[in-house]
Amino acid sequence: MSDRAARRITILIPYLWLVLFFLVPFGIVAKMSLSQVATAVPPYVPNFGWGDGWSGWLDKARELSSDNYAVVLGDSLYIDAFLTSLRIAATGTLILLIIGYPMAHAMARASAGIRPLLVMAVILPFWTSFLIRIYAWIGILKPEGLLNEVLLAVGLISERLQIANTEAAVLVGVVYSYLPFMVLPLYAALERLDRTLLEAAGDLGCPPWRAFWRITVPLTLPGIAAGCFLCFIPIVGEVVIPDLLGGSDTLMIGKTLWTEFFSNRDWPVASSVAILLLVVLVGPIMVYQHLQARQIESRR
Amino acid sequence: MTRGSRLIDATALTFGFAFLYLPIVILIVFSFNASQLVTVWGGFSTRWYGAILENRQLLDAGWMTVKVGLASATLATVIGTFAALALNRYARFRGRILFSGMVYAPLVMPEVITGLSLLLLFVALGIDRGFWTVTVAHATFTAGFVAVVVQSRLVTLDRSLEEAAADLGAAPFQVFRRITLPLIAPGVIAGFLLAFTLSLDDLVIASFTTGPGATTLPMRIYSQVRLGVTPEINAICTIMIGIVAVLVIGSSLATKRAALADQRTGQPD
Repeated sequence: MSDRAARRITILIPYLWLVLFFLVPFGIVAKMSLSQVATAVPPYVPNFGWGDGWSGWLDKARELSSDNYAVVLGDSLYIDAFLTSLRIAATGTLILLIIGYPMAHAMARASAGIRPLLVMAVILPFWTSFLIRIYAWIGILKPEGLLNEVLLAVGLISERLQIANTEAAVLVGVVYSYLPFMVLPLYAALERLDRTLLEAAGDLGCPPWRAFWRITVPLTLPGIAAGCFLCFIPIVGEVVIPDLLGGSDTLMIGKTLWTEFFSNRDWPVASSVAILLLVVLVGPIMVYQHLQARQIESRR
Repeated sequence: MTRGSRLIDATALTFGFAFLYLPIVILIVFSFNASQLVTVWGGFSTRWYGAILENRQLLDAGWMTVKVGLASATLATVIGTFAALALNRYARFRGRILFSGMVYAPLVMPEVITGLSLLLLFVALGIDRGFWTVTVAHATFTAGFVAVVVQSRLVTLDRSLEEAAADLGAAPFQVFRRITLPLIAPGVIAGFLLAFTLSLDDLVIASFTTGPGATTLPMRIYSQVRLGVTPEINAICTIMIGIVAVLVIGSSLATKRAALADQRTGQPD
């Protein structure tokens, strides 16, 4: 086997797999989103085939494309779900940054011997089932749950708080589940930080908090951005957390898509929601990918 | 470091780790609760562990999850390792940007989108859904994680060893099998374990791509949780946490040993 053949095999195996199972499926979702509900039974009659050619495509698209998208964009239910998802993802990411940065900072400053242990301690919960960890929070947050018991016992509250089935519970859930995704990129950035810069600032009379703002934060911006994208994008499409912790009051777009698909069995509308969600997220995903590529370059 | 900053560090770590571990600890403690009620302590008991052994549906789902996990992690490891090699070795090839996009996008792509799109693919291809469709779906979304882990190992690899082997007349496949693969093995194994646990954990993609007879444990747990909280679930969760803890600690010990061996032979980690 020649070098050329080796190169071809190395590239083609993952390339073909990803084209078939990652790229092509989006084309099919796009096609489904332009289809109409023909009968109550999937897989529905498509409005056009792939064989119609470009002009046939355009004609049909012009005629029918609006149908499912009009339903989605015209119904405040979907718009609200979109906005709620974006709001929860943005708030959650901000809280994650506020909790995660001091943690990562402390980890990076710990002695070299215990650093691997601390990293392991952050990763370990992530290796245990996500569903299970969310499930544990139901027991803590519900009205007769642990949090209320403790707060009552301490005397901080006199009546049980309704936390479960609210947006606050969803926030607790997303912050909890995505904390490792925020801490690890921040830690990677902070650990690489050149400490002599901070020492130099100190020697020149710069107080620590100022050195932190002027040196540490700017130099770890790539880590901050990576952590934020790694959390924000998946949270927008989150299904399980709003379902188990948010109750019926908190409607997020991932859960809406899920319901549209599994309960209402409206595949075309579910597909339209998926395409719109994808459109909203493509920008952030491209930024994330750019950062990822830059980080790998800089590690060389 | 001043005393004040030490205090801030200690507070951040204590608070952060308490937040991360408290729910898990509570769950484990209550799995040994004798009471039928989840929130009331009724004494120590292992009855819920016994109850699992009699729950045929749960055991079947657990076995299915392990099978899917092993098969999909194997596939993902092959695809992800090749993808990492392609991105690390070949700076230029047609469609490289698209390729790296497809490798990394599944890391952040919301699972509902991946799940829905794969389901529609399987429907379009007329494939019956079941064990293999879930396996392929899991391999697709975990391959990117394997690629990232293997990449980080490839970056530290000393290329001169491969070049020496090639100069001495080894064919590309021989170089890969005898030199490259053993050197990146810790990354490949870590990637496999990560893909395996991601597969064990996945609910959303499995729900979309599964068919009759291929119910996984998360799907079974999800339907039970929604119907109502039972102490039995605490017991299953504790068992799963135990399995994962053993896997992670075992693999970290293996990595540590490999690192020590590297140090002794004078190789970069």
